Amino acid sequence: MNGKKTIMKYLLGLVMLLPGAVWAAESTYPMEPMEPDLKNLPSLQNGLRLYANYCIGCHSLKFQRYQRTAQDLGIPEDIMLEQVVFTGQKIGEQMVTAMDPEGAKNWFGAPPPDLTMVARVRGPEWIYNYLKTFYLDDTRPLGVNNKVFPNVGMPHVLMELQGVQRSACIQVPKIAENGGEMRDPLEPGRRITEEKCGQLVVDEGTGAFTPEEYDQAMYDISNFLYYVGEPSRLERHRIGIYVLLFIVILYVFTWLLGREYHKAVR
Amino acid sequence: MAEAQEKQSRIAAGWSNFIGWVDERFPILETWDYHMVKYWAPKNFNFWYLFGVLSMVVLVNQLLTGIWLTMSYVPSGEGAFASVEYIMRDVEYGWLLRYLHSTGASAFFIVVYLHMFRGLMYGSYRKPRELLWLIGMAIFAVLMAEGFFGYLLPWGNMSYWGAQVIVSLVGAIPVIGPDLMEWVRGDFLMSEITLNRFFALHVIALPLVLVMLVFVHIVALHHVGSNNPDGIEIKKNKDANGVPKDGIPFHPYYTIGHDLPAIVAFLFVFCAVVFYAPEMGGYFLEKPNFEQANPLKTPDHIAPVWYYTPYYAMLRASTFPLFGLTAKFWGFVVMAGAIVLPAVLPWLDRSPVKSIRYKGLLSRVMLGLFVISFIILGYLGTIPPSGPATMLAQACTVVYFAYFVLMPWYTRVEKTKPVPERVTMR
Amino acid sequence: MSQGDQLSLKTAEELAESIDTEKIDSQRRYFLIGATTLVGAVGVVGAAVPFVASWQPSAKARALGAPVTIDISKLRPGEMLGPVPAWRGQPIFIVYRTPDAVERLEQGNPDLADPDSANAAQQPGYAQNAWRSRRPEIGLYVGLCTHLGCSPKYYGEVAPEPFDPNWQGGFFCPCHGSRFDLAGRVVKGVPAPDNLPVPPYQFVSENVIVIGEDEETA
Repeated sequence: MNGKKTIMKYLLGLVMLLPGAVWAAESTYPMEPMEPDLKNLPSLQNGLRLYANYCIGCHSLKFQRYQRTAQDLGIPEDIMLEQVVFTGQKIGEQMVTAMDPEGAKNWFGAPPPDLTMVARVRGPEWIYNYLKTFYLDDTRPLGVNNKVFPNVGMPHVLMELQGVQRSACIQVPKIAENGGEMRDPLEPGRRITEEKCGQLVVDEGTGAFTPEEYDQAMYDISNFLYYVGEPSRLERHRIGIYVLLFIVILYVFTWLLGREYHKAVR
Repeated sequence: MAEAQEKQSRIAAGWSNFIGWVDERFPILETWDYHMVKYWAPKNFNFWYLFGVLSMVVLVNQLLTGIWLTMSYVPSGEGAFASVEYIMRDVEYGWLLRYLHSTGASAFFIVVYLHMFRGLMYGSYRKPRELLWLIGMAIFAVLMAEGFFGYLLPWGNMSYWGAQVIVSLVGAIPVIGPDLMEWVRGDFLMSEITLNRFFALHVIALPLVLVMLVFVHIVALHHVGSNNPDGIEIKKNKDANGVPKDGIPFHPYYTIGHDLPAIVAFLFVFCAVVFYAPEMGGYFLEKPNFEQANPLKTPDHIAPVWYYTPYYAMLRASTFPLFGLTAKFWGFVVMAGAIVLPAVLPWLDRSPVKSIRYKGLLSRVMLGLFVISFIILGYLGTIPPSGPATMLAQACTVVYFAYFVLMPWYTRVEKTKPVPERVTMR
Repeated sequence: MSQGDQLSLKTAEELAESIDTEKIDSQRRYFLIGATTLVGAVGVVGAAVPFVASWQPSAKARALGAPVTIDISKLRPGEMLGPVPAWRGQPIFIVYRTPDAVERLEQGNPDLADPDSANAAQQPGYAQNAWRSRRPEIGLYVGLCTHLGCSPKYYGEVAPEPFDPNWQGGFFCPCHGSRFDLAGRVVKGVPAPDNLPVPPYQFVSENVIVIGEDEETA
């Protein structure tokens, strides 16, 4: 009995050790971490609000229903209808965009994709970094480019919040071999800097949000999309506890019963 | 107290009458006796003997959850992907049915691979169980096909492109290849026509075949009796009543005594995955598959689901043409050969003993190398090909085939240990 | 008796050399079997829940079956609006009854099979009155004959009709001749057994009705 359990655990562990080489990375941009939190209702609600104001004009969430969203995020249905549903739809319907797909093709080259599943395909961390790394680029038709998704066909819809971001050459602290910041031996406290290009810099005062506020807003959108990717995630975790607990109890009984039969085998 | 006992004996008598009525019209009692109570199973079954019954548990899971999914699934190009999300979001507990089915598919292969490994270890394929082994190999082949057809059904981008790659293998067959490919697809490209026919095969045709094969598999087993970790034929040592001395009633000693707790323990691990890690880091549910099939957009990295990757790695390892036939064709041959070759094990194994416990050093080394190469190949099948990876895959493919091809030699020349008369309870 | 018969009389446990029958504690076995079966039964019920529950109307069905809003400001006395809009696939008739018609309903009629709407399954509590509606002049009924489901026709005028020379206004089903009054009440002697069903509904304003929602379901 013991051997079986440890072997099962070992097998499971072996499987989990295998690197998940299945993330499709389109760029090698060093991602900032983003830990989603589905229990943070204010964040999810803010994410929904931002999505309704900035995103749903082009990007549908066609598998997600308003009513489910309202219920899960703790929003009364009438407020949901007032603040989020701009298409005259009913509360039970799905969150589609009003944009005409033919028109979209003409304007953007391809219709903006539906985003219901984007958090399951790319991950919330990817979305977070994507939304933060738009920068001015006059070689692109829409005037902007993106570090995480190079040559993307999307405009920087959130520029009014973030401000103007550029990919510039700036002075950054020089890092020594041991990983520490190099200091000037002649002038105490002064860091030695070097020029590094391709760094993202926001023109101060050009955006309605401070960088911290913008980061929080982008976190909220990514968090919201993580919820939309799998709305039943929290319920799944909750039920799982009861199921596993029950199985443990059942196992005790079946183990006692099994042992009883073993006693009679010579 | 006396009333309760009287009621109990009346219920027992009533039940007995009912069974008697059925038994006059259907051989229920002799079937129960022959297959359960008086099926004399060796008393030394260990952990490795659980995977047969666990396979049946998983089969039942797949059948039940599969039927329920079919109630809401739409097998059309337009509707398939959306119907899976409908199941995940709109159908009450649909998400649970889906995860039970997807986790069950992976669990099926884990359990079946371990079940087959038991056969390799203890010589369960040896006479008189050759037919049993062949039926099992047929089940394995059908299972691989069943998984392949099922994987197309969500109509995700990996479903589409994975099927595209595997079906195009058929095109590598000389002369008839391209026509055969068109015939399998039913169209000039992977389309919803292919989806519809794979749906019929996955939901009806192959499950029927699978259930029938499992039935025949058990009948064949019960006819010759089970093997055991010592590889001793317990029927050679019967007592005055004709009952094998080392045999115990399968029911209740194995059904309740051994299998029931094991099934519950298995369910614990299974449910832990279903409720807390159904994607398993992208190995059970692959991330590109959360996007709808797009014939114009290939995923960065096409890989089959983990349980096919050992064979896929062997396929990719064949990189050079031979005798005027393309590398692609040889890849197909190597892959097919690897799947089918274990079927002839009963005739490759020339050892005087059945079980690895009494075989010589060579057999143990070769089995160990076989397992290691299978696992390495499995890992290599998940990563993009590269120079060193391909060389390693080629080496492992050679080791894999060597286990079989050299077996007639190493099982004959090695020094084996003496096999005891009666089973040991190690 | 042959050896085979003698064999079958002995239990398998007695026959097997490898089973020590002295070690068999039947009492304890029965107790543990009973206890495990009990716990197991709970598990089986729990496992059945997702399968049974998945048959409930899905979110899609509930969305399609959602309440329907209708504005009746354009409706004039004596007119009927219907069979559109439908609610949950059922055609709805909305009748604007004249004051005379309302009076006639209140007078009573010995020809009715269920004059007091005693069959509670056919209407919500607020429709168990002479007009079978919340307001005397506005009647809402499911436009399906309670016989075999045909769509009855509206004959609102008091005028002799081929099916009834003394017709006082109401609905006539062309399929098998069932007749209902202006409150959807079925007359005696026709194939239809019940009054026309009244769906749940409420007035959200003077002229706007929501069909499918009332105090209980909202």
